[in-house]
Amino acid sequence: MPERDEPTGALVRPYAVTRGRTRPKLEIALEALVETTVRGRSGIRGGQGGSEHQYIAAMCDGGRVQSLAEIAARMQLPLGVARVIVADMAHDGLVAVYEPTSLEDETDAVGTELLERVLSGLRRL
Amino acid sequence: MSPRPSAGRVTSAKIVIAGGFGVGKTTLVGSVSEITPLTTEAIMTSAGVGVDDNRQVPGKMTTTVAMDFGRISIDRDLILYLFGTPGQTRFWFMWDELVRGAIGAVVMVDTRRLADCFAAIDFFEHRRLPYLVAINCFDGMQYHNAQDVRDALAISSDVPVVSCDARNRESTKNVLISLVEYVLTMRRSRAVAPA
Repeated sequence: MPERDEPTGALVRPYAVTRGRTRPKLEIALEALVETTVRGRSGIRGGQGGSEHQYIAAMCDGGRVQSLAEIAARMQLPLGVARVIVADMAHDGLVAVYEPTSLEDETDAVGTELLERVLSGLRRL
Repeated sequence: MSPRPSAGRVTSAKIVIAGGFGVGKTTLVGSVSEITPLTTEAIMTSAGVGVDDNRQVPGKMTTTVAMDFGRISIDRDLILYLFGTPGQTRFWFMWDELVRGAIGAVVMVDTRRLADCFAAIDFFEHRRLPYLVAINCFDGMQYHNAQDVRDALAISSDVPVVSCDARNRESTKNVLISLVEYVLTMRRSRAVAPA
């Protein structure tokens, strides 16, 4: 195996599965959750889409939501590549993407409620 | 588990685990994660650096940055992710993405190599991301007390400094609880503070 920072052809190859596109159709957070839609599920059964699409649709099906980071890790794809593929799938209605709850707005009770949920969840562990 | 009937309620949150190389970030993540920690890689491309160097192809250079992470199902519709920062702090491009929207950060400290965490602390202070300092007690030994560490790091008196054993699930759990409590306290005090 070549050294990681050795400039072989592998530099560009990861994006071959996205046909060279490095910009996703949708910005997806590292921890955003992905779930296969009904359409995505019937797509797998029908054998539609590329193998990456089918793999992701199977992975995130049946209530097993996975984050973008998990999808990238399990498929051994660089994060940016996984993001392009998942964004394409979301664009085609094959998966739903649930963005993380924003904590940014300090006056917003939503963030505080989320933190309280995390806290009580951790205490129950 | 049956598929969720109503879409849109499921959400996630994340906590960043930082600290120097070998301080126990992945151990801490693994002690509490419901999955074996996974590794995700990001590629940074910088164009046109050192094109005269014959070891390099002209045009593009890439660097791969790896991050370990774990997952905790908080409740049916909320998943918490713990992301370890890349070992080398020079890969700041990945830190930006890591801290965006994070609840806060745990800065792990090995008191024998205290300076290893300086860069992380600087980064979180600059980004105003709440953090706590967790002294990882290797071999169950704590070589310095919390006050010494606080003084050495010159951090604000309200930043929690706790001790932990990263291998121990209960201990890790308590570190995370302390962080979230701290973030909540800060949030509430800001909410009632006069303008």
